[in-house]
Amino acid sequence: MKKSNINPDERGYFGSFGGRFVPETLMPVLREMEQAYSKIKDDPEFCDEFNDLMVNYVGRPTPLTYARRLTEYLGGAKIYLKREDLTHTGAHKINNAIGQALLAKRMGKTRIIAETGAGQHGVAVATTAALFGNTCEIFMGSEDIRRQSLNVFRMRLLGSTVTEVSAGSKTLKDAINEAMRNWALTCCDTYYIFGSVLGPHPFPMMVRDFQSIIGKEARSQILEKEKRLPDVLVACVGGGSNAMGLFYHFLDDTAVRMIGVEAGGRGSGYGEHAARFLTGRPGVLHGTYSYVLQDDHGLISPTHSISAGLDYPSIGPEHSMLRQDKRIEYTLATDDECISAFRLLSEKEGIIPALESAHAVAHVMKLAPQMKKDQIIVINLSGRGDKDVNTAIDHIHL
Amino acid sequence: MGRIAQKFEELQAQGMKAFIAYITAGDPSLDSTERLVREFEARGVDIIELGVPFSDPVADGPVNQEAAMRALKGDVTVDSILKMIRNIREYSQIPVIFFTYYNSVLSFGLEKFVKKATESGLDGALVLDLPPEEAGQYKKLMDAEGLSTIFLVSPITPSDRLELVAKNATGFVYYVSQMGVTGERDNLAESIPEKLQAIRALTSTPIAVGFGISTPEHVRGISRYADGIIVGSSIVRKIGELSGKPGFEKEVGEYVATLTEPLKGD
Repeated sequence: MKKSNINPDERGYFGSFGGRFVPETLMPVLREMEQAYSKIKDDPEFCDEFNDLMVNYVGRPTPLTYARRLTEYLGGAKIYLKREDLTHTGAHKINNAIGQALLAKRMGKTRIIAETGAGQHGVAVATTAALFGNTCEIFMGSEDIRRQSLNVFRMRLLGSTVTEVSAGSKTLKDAINEAMRNWALTCCDTYYIFGSVLGPHPFPMMVRDFQSIIGKEARSQILEKEKRLPDVLVACVGGGSNAMGLFYHFLDDTAVRMIGVEAGGRGSGYGEHAARFLTGRPGVLHGTYSYVLQDDHGLISPTHSISAGLDYPSIGPEHSMLRQDKRIEYTLATDDECISAFRLLSEKEGIIPALESAHAVAHVMKLAPQMKKDQIIVINLSGRGDKDVNTAIDHIHL
Repeated sequence: MGRIAQKFEELQAQGMKAFIAYITAGDPSLDSTERLVREFEARGVDIIELGVPFSDPVADGPVNQEAAMRALKGDVTVDSILKMIRNIREYSQIPVIFFTYYNSVLSFGLEKFVKKATESGLDGALVLDLPPEEAGQYKKLMDAEGLSTIFLVSPITPSDRLELVAKNATGFVYYVSQMGVTGERDNLAESIPEKLQAIRALTSTPIAVGFGISTPEHVRGISRYADGIIVGSSIVRKIGELSGKPGFEKEVGEYVATLTEPLKGD
């Protein structure tokens, strides 16, 4: 498979997934965005500006850290961590937020809105709003506001308005509903910075492109350190932006196995998890056709995950395609496994991972011991865990 | 000719405009919805738009969101709503359309939906999050059974998309008078007459205006330019306020009569 073949078609389809399922009011805005993006994405001036911010503001490239004690403890494959937790604001979300904020600037939109689940995307967007002098409103479910209070304060400190969404399940899904409603009202002067490889075309493609800097760096870093490609890449998958970001530049390397880890929550029952490939089926949510957790009548299912950033009933359409094509494998980690991994990485490496990223670590705890010592795993450590300490306190008794 | 086209033709022959009432099916129960439809028909409503309650109604404001939540408590489904329409067809020929989100139809199955809708006496559908670009298969199936496919035009729809919508819309074109979501507004946009003229230049399909229309004055004002006037949230709000009382449907009917009144008698 050539990377060039996995760009979506002109209607925004990755294979049979994707598209643009939005009310008419948003159609012209998405088209305007798509045209603006296709104009700038290969524009040297835009790329220079983006790259300059990646280096001098975000702190890229992020290191690829060999996890020596974790590797020894698990006794199998060599484990490397792609350190997105070391970016400015503490998660990979900033890569996309800056890319889209630059696009918004080119499009002359001065008001920014965004949804957030864990608050990492919200913080990243609020950061760009401060950086570029935009007004900014972040929509966040009240359940997430409760469990991510630190990030709420950060967004407000950065000068953004945080609007509480208390409809439905009060999490990421409902925050997106409200952001889309607001956008339908304000789209003439407002740019919506979508936080994941989700939503109507061109968001899934655009977010992936901005995040693909992760895998681009990781690929050259591992080649430099090990003189060869890794055997396995592992990343957690909520909407799926950190995973697409790591995987994208390896898609042509057919020998590299890729594993996406969904949130297994507290069981496989209805509403107990956020593993779309476990019990979901194709459907339309938030403008895109992809795997969706839903009931028999097409109503969107409630979800549960200990990690707010993975607590979402749909998954990026490109993931659905790559699963169908058997290019990426998907598995899950439960809340309990996530907490064990959260502890283990903290104790063995002195790195407190985000609960989202801990799902990827949890899978590697099972996978690495089954692999040979000369094999290599790269984990996308998509964010740091400071924001999750309040949640972890309820689960870990020290 | 379908019931929608026939209705517009009858009204046009008399120089009258269609009043289209939106309610959420199953709010607070499907029995109530059926009684409301009956009541509305007696009060001068010409076409009924039934909201199919959905968990994530991104094009709806708070009033319709709450109505959907009330309806979903009673396990209302596409299937049970179609059964109710079949009951209505025993005694009424009032045109009935669905106002729905795509996943409800998709999950039911496109072909099964069109077949069952036809059998039940549904006349058409507006699928909020299904723009013409995504509607190929749906439109083909609906057309084959003579069901109307209603599409939206918004205040910022550019002229090339206007042509696309005009080409695909049957029954009527739904002009969204305001940016944003469904819900009551104090004032209506001044640009409405001009926008309707642009649509008329492209199609002879009737045009109905909705989103934000909530008072008899709005109805009267819009009726000068449009073929149909759609009122939703203000009726739904009334249902929400009154639905605890037995026989509340009559009271809602009396309210609706104040909205249809400006269209009669002119």
